Amino acid sequence: MGEKIKVGCNRPKLTKVQQTKEEIVENNMMENEEEQVMIKVGKPAPLFSAPAFHKGDFVNVNLEDYKGKWVLLCFYPGDFTFV
Amino acid sequence: MSVSVDSVFVHKIWNDNELSKMIGKDIPYPMLSDQDGSIGKLYGIYDEESGVETRGRFIIDPDGIIQGFEVLTPPVGRNVEESIRQVKAFQLVRATEGAEVTPSGWKPGKTTLKPGPHLVGNVWKEWKVSEAFED
Repeated sequence: MGEKIKVGCNRPKLTKVQQTKEEIVENNMMENEEEQVMIKVGKPAPLFSAPAFHKGDFVNVNLEDYKGKWVLLCFYPGDFTFV
Repeated sequence: MSVSVDSVFVHKIWNDNELSKMIGKDIPYPMLSDQDGSIGKLYGIYDEESGVETRGRFIIDPDGIIQGFEVLTPPVGRNVEESIRQVKAFQLVRATEGAEVTPSGWKPGKTTLKPGPHLVGNVWKEWKVSEAFED
């Protein structure tokens, strides 16, 4: 039986399996490609579209459709995470 | 709108079984699913180590420009009133095309300032530090 996981707001840390040198190189290169950039105020918000749940329906939401409106975009760690 | 790495199915069950019971109706805004964290990465708030989004909050104006953001680690919740206050302040500045600006602690009904040569060095005459705090 595995170790019990402490329940909290943080999702349990992923434990990566030991990888070969080639895999590590490949992963690092992928990470470089996907490097995260911090957002700047006064600059355009990156556009996206994503599936969503909205008032009983599953819908696709496209940020571009919100031009002309104020948007409060809130990210959070996960559903049922208490806070 | 809200975003997390949960599926839309989990969003539905969270809405139906918990959130709707807190507010007596369905969540009024769309709950987006970002299962691979790609949106979170675009906004720089995705935590690669734990595979979730941190509590990033962005105010986007009608032209699609980011006017403000705040990022918190998971255990501390946001102040929704503060987010609404900031949106109202940005809306006032936009409505006056920048002729009026909102000093520290501003909320609707409180003193705004009209920047210009006359105001340089004279803010102390038009605005009191006590106005930065709750009345």
